[in-house]
Amino acid sequence: MDDVRYEAPESPDAAISLLAEAGSSARVFAGGTDVMVQIHAELIDPGVIVDIKKVPGIMDISESDGAYTFGAATPGMVLMAHEGLSSTWPGIIDGVALIGSIQVKGRASIGGNVCNGSPAADSTPTMIAANAVCNIVGPNGERTAPVEDIVTGPGKTSLVDGEFILSFSLPKRPAHSGDAYLRLTPRTEMDIAVVGAGVNITLDDDGTCTAARISLGAVAPTPLLVAEAADALIGTKVDDAALTKMGEACSAACNPISDKRGTKEYRIKTAAVIARRAVEIALERAREN
Amino acid sequence: MTKRSHISLSVNGDEYETLCEPDQSLVDVLRNELELTGTKEGCSTGDCGACSIRLDGDLVCSCLVLAVEAEGKEIETIEGMAPKSDELHPLQRHFLEINGLQCGICTPGILIAAKALLEKNSDPTETEIRFWLAGNLCRCTGYDKIIRSVQAAAEEMRKG
Repeated sequence: MDDVRYEAPESPDAAISLLAEAGSSARVFAGGTDVMVQIHAELIDPGVIVDIKKVPGIMDISESDGAYTFGAATPGMVLMAHEGLSSTWPGIIDGVALIGSIQVKGRASIGGNVCNGSPAADSTPTMIAANAVCNIVGPNGERTAPVEDIVTGPGKTSLVDGEFILSFSLPKRPAHSGDAYLRLTPRTEMDIAVVGAGVNITLDDDGTCTAARISLGAVAPTPLLVAEAADALIGTKVDDAALTKMGEACSAACNPISDKRGTKEYRIKTAAVIARRAVEIALERAREN
Repeated sequence: MTKRSHISLSVNGDEYETLCEPDQSLVDVLRNELELTGTKEGCSTGDCGACSIRLDGDLVCSCLVLAVEAEGKEIETIEGMAPKSDELHPLQRHFLEINGLQCGICTPGILIAAKALLEKNSDPTETEIRFWLAGNLCRCTGYDKIIRSVQAAAEEMRKG
């Protein structure tokens, strides 16, 4: 291995300079649960490891008038322990809770989960469904982007050299809203999704669905936002017919590979089932508030 | 030659200073620089949990932490678990009494993880114990005696 440096900048600008200067040989480092594995397996050989955890705000959770913002490097266990975030966005917490072990969640963050670019990342579909926005900083200043615009392929993101996600913002929750994430895995813990489904819905006072977002993981090179599946629910009472149509739209959107966890056909079929069950959980939660 | 970094850290209340490579893992420094070999390294990829430690109170895999990150941090390893040189922690004692171990490689990590669980939840169900310890692999025991050891220790600790 060539010389490697470790830097822990204490401001966004210092981090941006280090990242921009080193270009593709720089590696953003937060919880380290992917980067350390990649270094160990010699999949990457970074020239500079830029630990962003000392950048102000990157580990903080805040709320303003019902809208939450949390730092991109906030560890999963911290997010799960946050009462306000957990009760407002239980579906995001469903996703976070499934990332690795307690030890891994003690360090792993949603920013890392998104930027590692795995199609099967558990928090990404639920963040997409939640309409989460990434607050990105970089050499050209600040910008925002929806989470669905970040992952462009397995291990690839739309972030340019020098950019990193500082925080995520979640919109204020209307009444009668619920979200959920479910995944299919052969084991109950410590496994990678065969199919994952993130769902976020809002109902009116009569129980008619007024807004929905449905995102699938592990069924395409990137997590998917399936507008047709959401459209199948909007304007309905989320009855059996709507759920069936929603499931069919999910299956139609899938473009999976066959691997040791499941065949292409299995993923396409079960995407409908997992999405339906996730909608049912989100529906129950939406009716409770 | 890579420039080595100087770090100061607290392990089980004792202050240490050492040099480390920028990409060296904390488990490697604990074992090979500080010679605290109670923490084991199994998979080096965060799957087996043998290297579990507490980092400023958080339960983490020390194979996934850079040693340089430990600068100024408080670390707790298995060496600090027994309250006195001739007195074991209830978890350690019950693991011995109930045979919650065979080869012992996974045991330090499991004890550290179980202690973190009991601090959070003094009366966990079997399911809660199994989910909490899902990140600690044991290839000898089949887990049953590990779970029973944790339950027995929890019961004793609740009684104070």
